[in-house]
Amino acid sequence: MTLELFLLAAAALFCIGLFGALTQQSIVMLMMGLELMLGGVILAAAAVWHFVAPAATDGQVLVVLAVTVMAVEMAVGFAVVTALFRTREADMTDEAAELKE
Amino acid sequence: MLDDVVFWALAGPAVAAAVMVFRFASMARATYALLASLLCVGGLVVRLGLDYLGVVVVLMMTIEMALMGVFMVMFMMNPAGLMPMSMLHNRRGAAVISGGVFVLLAAGVLLTPWPRRRGEPAADPTKALGESLMGPHMLTMMTLGLALFATIVATVVLATRRGRYDRFGDDLRARRAGDRGDGGDGGARVRGGAGP
Amino acid sequence: MADTAPLWAVVLLPFALVAAAAVVAGLDAVLTAAAERGRGGRPLRAAPAPLRTGLRLLGGQPRRTTAGDPWLGRIGIALVPVAAVLAGAVLPWGFRAVTDPVVGVVWFNAMEALAWAAVWLAGWGPNSALSLIGGYRFLAQGLAYELPHMFAITTAALGAESLRVGEVVAAQRGLWFAVWMPAAFAVFLLSALAMAFWGPFDHPLGRDAAGGAAAEHAGVDRLVLLAGRWLLLVVTAGFSVPLFLGGGHGPWLPAWAWTLLKTAAVLGLLVAGRRLLPTLRMERYLEFAWTVLVPLTLLQALVVAVVVLNR
Repeated sequence: MTLELFLLAAAALFCIGLFGALTQQSIVMLMMGLELMLGGVILAAAAVWHFVAPAATDGQVLVVLAVTVMAVEMAVGFAVVTALFRTREADMTDEAAELKE
Repeated sequence: MLDDVVFWALAGPAVAAAVMVFRFASMARATYALLASLLCVGGLVVRLGLDYLGVVVVLMMTIEMALMGVFMVMFMMNPAGLMPMSMLHNRRGAAVISGGVFVLLAAGVLLTPWPRRRGEPAADPTKALGESLMGPHMLTMMTLGLALFATIVATVVLATRRGRYDRFGDDLRARRAGDRGDGGDGGARVRGGAGP
Repeated sequence: MADTAPLWAVVLLPFALVAAAAVVAGLDAVLTAAAERGRGGRPLRAAPAPLRTGLRLLGGQPRRTTAGDPWLGRIGIALVPVAAVLAGAVLPWGFRAVTDPVVGVVWFNAMEALAWAAVWLAGWGPNSALSLIGGYRFLAQGLAYELPHMFAITTAALGAESLRVGEVVAAQRGLWFAVWMPAAFAVFLLSALAMAFWGPFDHPLGRDAAGGAAAEHAGVDRLVLLAGRWLLLVVTAGFSVPLFLGGGHGPWLPAWAWTLLKTAAVLGLLVAGRRLLPTLRMERYLEFAWTVLVPLTLLQALVVAVVVLNR
């Protein structure tokens, strides 16, 4: 159990999430990619707290922040998808791009 | 030794489940693979000595993913993955970008001379977190609270099409809301909004 | 105060919980028989009925449906009793729990949430409309009960100024929390029923949806799902004892006897009380929960916070 191992695992999660967020056409799947990226951030923040500066609470606050961002991201994402679907029957990013026309 | 075993037993499935999120054709499977991955992250956070935050991650992610499953099934054309099809775009570019980011991150992780551990964790990290959120980090807490409140308002505005005038009539005097009894807004729309 | 129990308790815990669940199911069967046949119908003979049903299900053939997702469904079914037992690990028996983690109260809540998500999986698995409707109903029900439930649990932890279950019990040496947090206690009992999707909250397995989430499950699958539901009821009712009813504290009798007595009393109240209420529809309970119960529990938490600050 070393800091490097934890950070590598976090980076792997982050990049898998990034790949998903960039490739998925469906907005809901895209949000799953974002959740994975934030999962990586949580892991990295907790690891840095534990291995570098356990006396300060900043690492913990960062985890709280990331968890809140996840909740907000999901709530807003679903609301936007619902609104988009209502008006245009669109649930894909490419279709949403046509809305500006 | 035991620590290493636990680390690999949690980190391995976390990454494997993360990969499977984008490989499963069934949306329910994808959602719960994501949940499995995030539960492993929660377990790792507990192993790092942050009991409270780790269990909160488990609690919140379970609730989030259960709800996410509903939206996945609602909005996807092919939720059960019975007719596998590709819903991807820009695969090569994404692979290059995310691969590049991983190489950069990994290089940074391995090449950085990390400082040595300074200080010991507080006897009760949860209490320390609470005190710092209510003290030096008060601004963070207030911002988070405000952001959450704004989210509640914004999501309700975005997701609902009917306001109280639709439910209770033009002068808000209908005794029962128009959308009660039939569940959702389906029945009320047929009956023209105001309650009976 | 609360020490960790020896290792054999880990092995014993699931069996003890299953035995308690069987006894409660038997009591429910007796009450049902008494209501249907009257006293002359020898209602006590119905007590082993749940065991008979369980044995019959054990020998039954699991049902296969076309294009289902049996693996996901089975994971969901198995997760219900597993989550119940994991939540039961922090239940103190007297003053000893199998484990007493620093954040035991949050752990309990997280395991309940896991069971909640598992029921949707059980409904999704068989690829059947009615069972999926049952799963959706439980998700909607969760939105209704989970918030007041969390606030009620938080209130008890606030009164003890600790998230450790042992310390919550220790804080009730003099006065039980149920006495000065009656609103939180009542809300907890309501959500204990809702959590086990049982009694007035059995809409997810309702008859109008042909059995809801359990509709397509037969044989062992069905046994595990329904037994998991009884386990959830026992565990959530049992958790009200350390949270609100003083745990093992009480005069004359030893601590373990008080725990047993109080748990039995709460379970008896829930089992007998469900006969007085019809099944509640989710959207009605949701409206009640969010407009009445959430403000009520928040006020209760405020009162407790003021008391704690002035102590």
